[in-house]
Amino acid sequence: MRAAVIVFPGSNADVDMYQAVEDVMQVPVDYVWHSETDLSAYELILLPGGFSYGDYLRSGAVARFSPVMEAVVREAAAGKLVLGVCNGFQILLEAGLLPGAMLRNRSLKFRCTMSRLRVVNAQTPFTREYRDQEVIEIPIAHGEGNYFCDAATLARLRANQQIVFRYEGENPNGSLDDIAGICNERGNVLGMMPHPERAVHDWMGSADGQRIFRSILTTWRERHRAATHA
Amino acid sequence: MCKAIVYVTLREGVLDPQGQAVQGALHSLGFREVTGVRVGKYLEVNLGTADKAEAESRVRDMCEKLLANPVIEDYRFEIVEG
Repeated sequence: MRAAVIVFPGSNADVDMYQAVEDVMQVPVDYVWHSETDLSAYELILLPGGFSYGDYLRSGAVARFSPVMEAVVREAAAGKLVLGVCNGFQILLEAGLLPGAMLRNRSLKFRCTMSRLRVVNAQTPFTREYRDQEVIEIPIAHGEGNYFCDAATLARLRANQQIVFRYEGENPNGSLDDIAGICNERGNVLGMMPHPERAVHDWMGSADGQRIFRSILTTWRERHRAATHA
Repeated sequence: MCKAIVYVTLREGVLDPQGQAVQGALHSLGFREVTGVRVGKYLEVNLGTADKAEAESRVRDMCEKLLANPVIEDYRFEIVEG
């Protein structure tokens, strides 16, 4: 398996993401500049946090038109795993790979703290190493993580089990239905505001993010085995 | 040449934390009559065309594709002489 960490002008969690993949998954990983147009060599695509294009206009709005995003859309449609964290989540929303939009935090404060999350869906390719309804700790760092969508979309997200993480206890940004992370209907695209790549060793304050990366690896191994035995 | 004046505002019913903060500040300054504030965006887009109809259709396209996010925002614009 080969992983791509997409780097936009303004990405700042790209190094954390790269190192988390190296440390936990121990698979080859490349930084891929946003002007690239071919991602066919990668089985896993990671959109890191940061402030792509300075978050001008709206967070993620400009990055969504980077050349690489056409390739991301293509690979997502082919079933490859795509994980967007923080600004990466915002870009996935702007690109229409996930439904909804981000508003400023209700408190208007930039929140940088450890957050408690409930794993609402432990059946996705990204969360299968967690227990259903388990509460985990993963840090957040954002000013615009107040997830919003219309009532019909929320009903659809609930009905299809697309809500993957909810904030447990305090909701740090005021998001609708305490949403911290959602996936697409097919389950191969996940967007989340908390930073699992910043919680992969105990010395970081929590190692709870590790299991996202281990889940991805388990999923890939299973698919790979199925493919080679077919 | 034409210039577009574009206003992007949060849709009705969408929470506007910035507007609420500004309203709170106005109240604390004594402007008690303020019953609501909404904060939006104002953009001036200079266009290399003098054709008003063409400008209008291009700017609508710009709004739909990039300048506004239809999930949370509405837009309106006017075309003026730039």
